[in-house]
Amino acid sequence: MELKINGEIVTVPDTVQHVSDLVEHFQLEKRVLMIEHNESILEKDHHPKAEVKDGDKIEIVQFVGGG
Amino acid sequence: MLKIGNDSFQSRLLLGTGKYPNFDVQKEAVEASETEILTFTVRRMNIFEPSQPNFLEKLDLEKYTFLPNTAGAKTAEEAVRHAKLAKASGLCDMVKVEVIGCDKTLLPDPVETLKATEELVKEGFIVLPYTSDDVVLARRLEELGAHAIMPGASPIGSGQGIINPLNLSFIIEQSNVPVIVDAGIGSPADAAYAMELGADAVLLNTAVSAVEDPVRMAKAMKLAIEAGRLGFEAGRIPKKRYATASSPAEGMSIG
Repeated sequence: MELKINGEIVTVPDTVQHVSDLVEHFQLEKRVLMIEHNESILEKDHHPKAEVKDGDKIEIVQFVGGG
Repeated sequence: MLKIGNDSFQSRLLLGTGKYPNFDVQKEAVEASETEILTFTVRRMNIFEPSQPNFLEKLDLEKYTFLPNTAGAKTAEEAVRHAKLAKASGLCDMVKVEVIGCDKTLLPDPVETLKATEELVKEGFIVLPYTSDDVVLARRLEELGAHAIMPGASPIGSGQGIINPLNLSFIIEQSNVPVIVDAGIGSPADAAYAMELGADAVLLNTAVSAVEDPVRMAKAMKLAIEAGRLGFEAGRIPKKRYATASSPAEGMSIG
């Protein structure tokens, strides 16, 4: 399945069914991150419920230094 | 005690987390500053580098209040999106509204800042807008429900210090919410001056992170802010045109 993650086309295995699977696939489960799925911002407890489909647009963001 | 929304803080220094030489120096500087509020910004993660170091993840999350900014936003809509993304972390409900309207001066766009503040207050955020030193704009932001007003001392990262103390003092005088002087601070003297004008707090970043010894400067800023605040609370003497002797005139001719 192809997803557009952070502006890039990325192929992920079909075992990735939910946003939480995607986080695990990239080994990011221990990171502080926030996710936008098809332009809708997901609360953390929604990651296991949000289904991922071919062509979905996903933004994975984090906190970085800033003033 | 600094009160923002329902939270109280002992420290009146808010510290930015950008541009430090490395995480070790940064951690030491944060500790030396004794700040309780740290600012961050939201950016895309490099998902192909899961072990990429991240400063926030090195901190005791219980010890600090996180103040994400909306830096990078040029419209109210973008600022609201940044704020909501930050809140989705579950780590914060405060936001520094920062909508830049000019790339050269990094001065805020007043119209978009007002719109973003209004929207985010409605959404239940604790909203701290970064604004210019425009007195009427500061009042309008407060009327919209901003929980603190953050006027700039001078352009972001310029280190020019307080270029319009008169306007800042008008803003401080009229505000019923905390006034946090944000941006442009260059030295401890600037920070102390902001506090002597009656500011409730100071937010700075470059003035600490970009110096030769950020840890020492963090401590200097902490002390300057405390000194400035104490001076304000004590009430300074009025300025006079001519001298007034400190020593008594009586008993001068001993012989």
